Amino acid sequence: MIISAYQTHIFILIFIYIILAVSLNLALGYTGLLNLGHVAFYGIGAYTSALLAIEGMPYLAAMIIAGLFASVFGYLLVTATDRLKGDYLAMATLGFSFVVYSLLLNLREITRGAMGIPGIPKPSILGLTVRTNDQYLIFVLLICAISVFIMYRIVKSPFGKLLEANRDNAVCLRVLGKNTFGLKYKAMMISAFFAGISGSLYAHYITFIDPTSFYISELILILTIVIVGGLASIKGSIVATAVIIYVPEILRTLDLPSSVLGPVRQALYAAILIAILMLRPRGIFGKVDLE
Amino acid sequence: MILSCKDIYKSFGGIKAIDGCSFTVAEKKITGIIGPNGSGKTTMFNVISKLIKPDSGTIEFKGQDVTGLKDYELAKMGVSRTFQDVKLFQNLTIREHLQIAMSDTDEKLLSNIFRGKEGDAQKIKEVMELVGLDKPLDTYGNDLSYGQRKLLDLAIAIAKPHTLLMLDEPVAGVNPRLRDSIKDILRELNSRGESILLIEHDMNFVMDLVDHIFVMDAGKVIAEGAPEEIQNNPCVLEAYLGGSEEGTKCL
Ligand SMILES: Nc1ncnc2c1ncn2[C@@H]1O[C@H](COP(=O)(O)OP(=O)(O)OP(=O)(O)O)[C@@H](O)[C@H]1O
Ligand SMILES: [Mg+2]
Repeated sequence: MIISAYQTHIFILIFIYIILAVSLNLALGYTGLLNLGHVAFYGIGAYTSALLAIEGMPYLAAMIIAGLFASVFGYLLVTATDRLKGDYLAMATLGFSFVVYSLLLNLREITRGAMGIPGIPKPSILGLTVRTNDQYLIFVLLICAISVFIMYRIVKSPFGKLLEANRDNAVCLRVLGKNTFGLKYKAMMISAFFAGISGSLYAHYITFIDPTSFYISELILILTIVIVGGLASIKGSIVATAVIIYVPEILRTLDLPSSVLGPVRQALYAAILIAILMLRPRGIFGKVDLE
Repeated sequence: MILSCKDIYKSFGGIKAIDGCSFTVAEKKITGIIGPNGSGKTTMFNVISKLIKPDSGTIEFKGQDVTGLKDYELAKMGVSRTFQDVKLFQNLTIREHLQIAMSDTDEKLLSNIFRGKEGDAQKIKEVMELVGLDKPLDTYGNDLSYGQRKLLDLAIAIAKPHTLLMLDEPVAGVNPRLRDSIKDILRELNSRGESILLIEHDMNFVMDLVDHIFVMDAGKVIAEGAPEEIQNNPCVLEAYLGGSEEGTKCL
């Protein structure tokens, strides 16, 4: 391979986060659903897929079921928050993230709590096992391309235009005879589905998961990506993922002691976010204002 | 009778916005609603189109009780409306507005993903010409002037499949030349068999356009009739001059 083992690792993470960020943008940027529960879908997908695969389920089936299971939670989240708007919706969906986190931590019989789940098998598809990281990179690139392609088709289709119309003015859309409640469910379920898929890809790559991988800091990271890239821009989310996941890794070459590395990275994220909000309030490629 | 509202009541806190309002709209006619500011005209529109739930009263559309329907269900049955404070999609283009209005398949997710259908370009062009909106179809809702947004709002209401067209002050803020052309549009639509219900303050606009007028004051209908009758009705003049108690007596 032409790229180093370390770069391979970073690229794998970038492709996983692209699916995660684009799927959040589908709900947040395109449909206008202020959803702070996205990280929970990611966690649900990761745990579902890991547990099913450990029980012996073939990888592709486990991955799809992980997506579907996350999507069921997407449905439930919309049902539970149906009447909420704005800040209240943000609080309720953030609460959902906390609830799922504490379930992962406390349902010990299933999730092993804080001890996490080790030994998650590498994906094996039609008898071919993805063993090396180079192979995983190709695999994850493939899934990422398919996922982004599907989401791209959705947002560019007439259905996608309805999502944007719902974000801009739901009342006007209903007066045109469109069921905006149905739209909200569909958008959130698609968004959750792909978050679940990316959770699965993450779990089977790292082969060990514990609840801390699906906590609020993770949520802030993907929100930062979506805002920096721009609401309602798939291209923006892709570019921003690459920048935000890759750039801090350059820090590693600076030979900082590991105790300051984490904080410096967080500070860098914050700096990027603040710089973007000051210089380009709509993000790099965004067309829609933040509310 | 295409639409009939019976004994509608609606209060906002202490304000009785609609206070026992009843009226009917005849099929294939143009019906006007006039009345002073704050007399409840827009609120009645919102009640009819289900954006607001009335405290009591019933609404029938095409002989069917639609009181319990949701806003989008009634819209699907064929009610189109415009807004006094124009509501559009800021980040969608004119073309996309009209495509949404015309499409009846865009809510189907799966059939959409792999063969998203383009809207009918010919039909879009026709509606644009009909309302006289002379702007590139790629212009965003955000980038239109007030008058242009008013026209686009009218265009999408017309483009949406409907049998009843409800217009809330269609010519407010629209220049005089365009007023006359909108009048012509409405006559044209009416001659094609559409029923139209419109709210309007501009008497010149209303009087020679509509077949029947309801006059609202303080949340109820205080007079109705052909335009000539209304023009000479003392109660109506009273209501417009502010003597609303006198007006109520005329009932
Ligand atoms: N959402 C609301 N909350 C509180 N009060 C309202 C609301 N909507 C309308 N009202 C009140 O109801 C009354 C009727 O308002 P409405 O908008 O129906 O009047 P209108 O006849 O359309 O007036 P105009 O000719 O100025 O448009 C007013 O007193 C208004 O303040
Ligand atoms: Mg009004």
